[in-house]
Amino acid sequence: MTDLIEIKGVTHAYKTAAGALPVLDDLSLSVPEGGFCAVVGPSGCGKSTLTRLIAGLMFPDAGEVWLHGERVRSPRSTVGMAFQNPVLLEWRTILQNVILPLEIVAPRMPKAKKEARARELLAMVGLEGFEGKRPSELSGGMRQRASLCRSLVHKPDVLILDEPFGALDAFTREDLWQLMHQLRAEEPFTALLITHDLRESVYLADQVVVLSGRPATTQFVLDVPLPGPRPIEMLYQPQSVEWLATLRDQIEIAQGRKDEKIPA
Amino acid sequence: MTRDEVQKIVTPIIAILVFLAIWEAWVWYMGWPTYKMAAPSDLWPAFWQYRELFAVKAWETLWRTVVGLGLAVVVGTILGMIMGLSRLMNDALYPLLVGFNAIPKATVVPVVALVFIGQHDFNTILVAFMISFFPITVSVAIGLSTLEPEYRDILRSLGASRFTVFWKIALPKTLPEFFGALKVAVTLAFIGTNLVEIVTPHGKGLGSLFDSGRIASNYPLMFAVLIALAVLGIALYYIVVALERVFAGWAERRPT
Repeated sequence: MTDLIEIKGVTHAYKTAAGALPVLDDLSLSVPEGGFCAVVGPSGCGKSTLTRLIAGLMFPDAGEVWLHGERVRSPRSTVGMAFQNPVLLEWRTILQNVILPLEIVAPRMPKAKKEARARELLAMVGLEGFEGKRPSELSGGMRQRASLCRSLVHKPDVLILDEPFGALDAFTREDLWQLMHQLRAEEPFTALLITHDLRESVYLADQVVVLSGRPATTQFVLDVPLPGPRPIEMLYQPQSVEWLATLRDQIEIAQGRKDEKIPA
Repeated sequence: MTRDEVQKIVTPIIAILVFLAIWEAWVWYMGWPTYKMAAPSDLWPAFWQYRELFAVKAWETLWRTVVGLGLAVVVGTILGMIMGLSRLMNDALYPLLVGFNAIPKATVVPVVALVFIGQHDFNTILVAFMISFFPITVSVAIGLSTLEPEYRDILRSLGASRFTVFWKIALPKTLPEFFGALKVAVTLAFIGTNLVEIVTPHGKGLGSLFDSGRIASNYPLMFAVLIALAVLGIALYYIVVALERVFAGWAERRPT
C-alpha cells in the first residue's frame, strides 16, 4: 500500500507585526491510500494550516507535502474540501451548489451528466427532493450534508475535512458520522479530518494523530484497527473507552497540563 | 390578484392621496396665496399648461441622469473591485475618495462648467456621475474584501483562477450590497443632474423649468417640477428594485 498523503518534516511560521509566529514545527504524518486520518490537538495549534498546505493553497517554509507520489506545488483538482461553515452559495440551488466543483474540474462534461452525478450523491446523503431548494431553506445538518456532497462530487482522491461536524448538535453529528462510513463504503477515498472531538476521531479514523501545542509537531499516533462501516455502539466498547482515555491524556500533555510520559 | 398583491398596490396610493389631502388642507387652512405656498390643486393646471415643456425637459433630465448613473455603475464597480481585491490600492484610494465625496458638489458645478465650457450635456452627466459613484464603490469594495476565505478556498483548492473565483463567487455574493448602493445612487444622480441644470442654467432639463418658474415667481410651476422630479425618481428607483429582484432575488428572505 502506498502512502497517498505524505507530510515530511513540515515547518511553517506566519509573519505577523510582532514577528514570526511559528505554527508547525517539523511535522510529519502519512496516510495510506484509502486511509482515514484524524488530526486532533489543542486549539490554535495549526491544524487548519495543515489542511491549507495539503490543498496546495499555501506552501511550507521548510519540509515537503506529497500527494500520490507528487510534490504539492499548486492546488490540485483531485482534492475535495469541507469546512465547519458549509459555505454554500445562497444564489444557487442545492443541486447547483453540489455541481460547482465539476464546473471547474470538468467544464466540458455535459450538464445532464453533472446533474445526474450530483443527484446520485444527494440521494446517498438523504437529500432527495431538496435539489431545487436554496441553502437558506435547509437546516444546519442538511446544509452540511450538501457541503459533503459538493466535496465529493468530482470523485477526489483526497478529502480534507476541517471540522465539518463541529457546529452541529450531538444527534445530527452522530448521523453524519455514520453517513461518512456509508460514503466511504460506496466510494472509497482517502481522508484527513481535523477535529476537536475525540469520540469523532476514534469512530471515524483508522489513525488518530495528536499534535502538540503550537508550534505543532506530531506528538502521538493512535491506530484504530477496526474495519468500517462501524456501528455507533463501537464507541461504548471497553477498547474504545481505553483509546479515548489515551487520547485524552495526550491532549493534556499537548496542552502542557501534564508531564509527558510514554504510555505502555 | 390575491389580497396581498392588491394591498401592496393600494396601500401606497392611499398614502400618497392622504399626503396630498393634508397638504391641500394645510394651505387652505393657513389661507396662503399661491405666491407663498402652492396647494396640490394648483399644480395640475400648471402642469397641464406646460405639458409639452414638461415632456421635453423631463426626458432631458432623465437621459442625462441615467447615463451619469450608468457611468457611476461602471466606474464605481471597477474602482470597488480594485479596492476590494488589493489591500494596497484600498489604503491608497480610500482617503482620496472620502475627501472627494466630502466636497459639496454645488461647488464642483461651476468648476466643471469652466473646464468644459459649453459642454452642457457632458457637464451634467459628469456631475451626476461624480455625486453617485461613491456608494457603489464602497459597497463593492466592502463586499469583495469581506468575502470569507472558505468561499475562496472551495474553488481555489480545485485550481480555479482568481478570475473564476471572482466571477462565480465574489461577484454574485456582492450583488445585494451593490443593489443597496444603487438605490442610493439613483436619487443622488438626480440631485447631480438638477444641480447642474439650476446652478449653471442652460435651458435644459426640469431644473431649468424650475429656474424659469422661480424667475417668474410661478410657484405652482416650481412645485409641479418638484413633483415631476419625485415621479421620475420613484420610477427609476423601482426599475432598480425590479432589476434587484431578477439578479439578487435570492437574498430576499421570504417570510416563513
